[in-house]
Amino acid sequence: MTSPSSLSAVSKASSEAEDTVLFDVRDVGKRFPGVDALKNVSFQLKAGEVHVLFGENGAGKSTLISMLAGVHQPTSGKIFFKGQEVEFTSVHHARSVGVSAVFQEFSLVDQLTVEQNLFLGAEQTDGIFLNRRRLHEEAEDILKTLGFDLRAGQKVAYLSRAEQQMVEIAKAFRSELSVLILDEPTASLTERETDRLFELIEQVKAQGVGIIYITHRMAEIKRIGDRITVLRDGAFVDTVDAKSASEDRLVTLMTGRVIDQIFPAINFEPKETSLEIQNLKTDDGRVNDVSLHVRKGEIVGLAGLVGSGKSRLIRACFGLADVASGSVTFEGEDVTGLTLQKMLKRGFFYNPPDRRAEGLIMMRSCRENISLPSLDLPAFSLKGLLRRREEKQLAQALAEQLQLHPLRIERDVEHFSGGNQQKVLLAKCLTRDVKLYVFDEPTVGVDVGTRTEIYKFIAKLCEEGAAIILISSDLPEVLHMSRRLYVMHRGRLQAELTGDEINQENVLKQFFEKEVA
Amino acid sequence: MQQSDEKIETAVTEEKAVKKPPFYFLQLMFVRLGVLPFLLLIAVIIFTAASDNFLSGRNLLNVVRQSSYLTLVAVGQMFALLTGGFDLSVGTIIALTSVVGATAMAAAYSAMPDAIFLSITIGVLAGVAAGALIGAVNGVGVAIFNVSPFMMTLGMASVGFGIALYLTGGTPVYGMPQEFGDAFGFGSFFGIPAPVFVAVLLILVLYIVVNWTRLGRYFYAVGGNLKAAQLSGISTRMTLFLAYLLCGAVAAISGMLLTARLDTGEANIGAAMPLESIAACVIAGVSLRGGVGRLENVVLGALFIGLVQNGMNLARVESYLQTVVIGVLLIIAVIADQARLKMMANLQD
Repeated sequence: MTSPSSLSAVSKASSEAEDTVLFDVRDVGKRFPGVDALKNVSFQLKAGEVHVLFGENGAGKSTLISMLAGVHQPTSGKIFFKGQEVEFTSVHHARSVGVSAVFQEFSLVDQLTVEQNLFLGAEQTDGIFLNRRRLHEEAEDILKTLGFDLRAGQKVAYLSRAEQQMVEIAKAFRSELSVLILDEPTASLTERETDRLFELIEQVKAQGVGIIYITHRMAEIKRIGDRITVLRDGAFVDTVDAKSASEDRLVTLMTGRVIDQIFPAINFEPKETSLEIQNLKTDDGRVNDVSLHVRKGEIVGLAGLVGSGKSRLIRACFGLADVASGSVTFEGEDVTGLTLQKMLKRGFFYNPPDRRAEGLIMMRSCRENISLPSLDLPAFSLKGLLRRREEKQLAQALAEQLQLHPLRIERDVEHFSGGNQQKVLLAKCLTRDVKLYVFDEPTVGVDVGTRTEIYKFIAKLCEEGAAIILISSDLPEVLHMSRRLYVMHRGRLQAELTGDEINQENVLKQFFEKEVA
Repeated sequence: MQQSDEKIETAVTEEKAVKKPPFYFLQLMFVRLGVLPFLLLIAVIIFTAASDNFLSGRNLLNVVRQSSYLTLVAVGQMFALLTGGFDLSVGTIIALTSVVGATAMAAAYSAMPDAIFLSITIGVLAGVAAGALIGAVNGVGVAIFNVSPFMMTLGMASVGFGIALYLTGGTPVYGMPQEFGDAFGFGSFFGIPAPVFVAVLLILVLYIVVNWTRLGRYFYAVGGNLKAAQLSGISTRMTLFLAYLLCGAVAAISGMLLTARLDTGEANIGAAMPLESIAACVIAGVSLRGGVGRLENVVLGALFIGLVQNGMNLARVESYLQTVVIGVLLIIAVIADQARLKMMANLQD
């Protein structure tokens, strides 16, 4: 590994290896048509450090790493790699000099085997023929070094998400590695797999590899982070030392305001029970023996890691997943296994987490999206014929109420920003008479300003007497919004927290530590 | 919209003062209206230059009459396309409708030679039912068994064509009452040629279905985002089923009109329909991915294809070459649409 001494006048750190600057990003900006995704960001990565990128969704973290990994090219500024100015033209180019990224979206070919995926684009050949034996041996070598329990001949389609991620990581190791970029790698991992990943990170760190790590989890930052760079709205905010920075300070840096300003004070007046779930088990076994209840006039939080079954549980109640056993009572009626249409008619509304995939019809107008769940109501149609004037008025009123910007309800949804798309999604649930609102990750990919508006919106619904379930992987969100908080883990209910018990330590303990007991 | 476009226009002219503004105006027209108006204009100019008769009122009426069969099929095809699929069996539906309708009508006519009106009704109903049945089977396959529209309708195209040939042994079906052809093939209602009259009537009804009914809205929703539609409480299976059923039924009606024009039941008609109807839709800006498309444009698209065929006939272009032209036009339309999407992304905001 080369060490350009000219650049190492940065810190007074102890060992020489730590002084080596791998990436020096200077005033880099990225402009996509219509948006400044990144503005004049400077950032340094040293050899042997874990540098955490921290910020809200849409802060520019992904844009930054996509340029370091060669997916996109910066529109302004310079990137130096090991002292030399570089412009990566492709992922392949970046990888060839030792910069590898593992994105959340995997770039694996499902129908190929682990080894074929590992060497995709860099196959071992003899002349024009593939050298299958050497490919197999080298793949096994890599997997063994990394300690991954995978068979090289297995088809990727049959692997779990965690295992697929291992393959992605292994890909980075097929040639000399100097920088490893990990984008929320633990999002879908179990604790054991997470531990294994962290061991691996320590291991490569010791070899002088620089690691750029994106995460939203405070606990992980404490555990493996060395330095933290905070981004907000595409701009650089600060680089701080991971060991000394307090959580409150990080949140303040990230959001630009103090927590109290983001979350509204909610006046809970819990009344009779709206939804009661008893010993629910789904067909696929991803939810197991869960019982909980939700009252009118309260917000009930559902926390848990990805794959803990928190979404699945509510989806099963809504008729989106098959119930194997147990019962669901809604407004005093046994509704176990009813279809989605029937649940909707009874006043159960589920707001899906991924607006692009499940929430909105991107190429249609806001008006059509807003009215879609309620076209069967007399307010919107008579005997199958649409009342388009009424529809327009109602959609317009809702858009105004939610402060859609720009206020053009005939515009296609895809031409709005993420925050405004989310508002359209929220407007949908106001078209019907709803008794129980479920918000599944309501603030993903939304800027701080809109977040605050969304929280106020949810609080208002609750104060008006609706029952609300808030499903979220964003800890501060559920911590501050819920009157009661259920924590789920591997398909089971782990704990119910109320009042003062709702704090970060308690929740995180439930996330991770039960395994030991 | 108006405002933003003006803003864009001034912004761009300022930015790229070097580029010619008239060219930019064309670009804007292209993004707004799609490729169809440009193709129409070019076609009219070329064929007017090539033949004196082309622009005459009689010829244009002729174009409309000849295009009414394709127009109907294309409008039906639009339903399948809107939901994100397509129907490759429309040709077969026409053939089967023709054979079944003619056979039933001829049988009824020979059994009761005096009841002409009744036998025509029986024949038409039988034919349309046969065609709609193919559409229904397509719908069941796509909506309930999740067969891809490509495989389902391709398979049914083979099934239907096989049945049509089996029923007739490959020979035309004669014996329909003379009055059927006279009325629906060559006759006219209120001075409008019968096929045009029927097509206009049906298009009006379907226009209302698409734009003013819940079902119409659901077609767009299901094609635009199946999951979002499902979560909004829409029965996506029912919607998909009805799209293919409607497509089949409309194609079947077109098939009966064609049978009236030919005066015989034929198993060998409609072979070009799948391609031409999809081409008409795509040229008219209907998205192959579903969720986007306007019925009035599809009608224009179908008329355009009819116009080109008529113009080529007048210009004495060989019929084999004509199919080459249609195929090329389709591909040009798709390429133009891609370019349009790209331009649209650049012009937005």
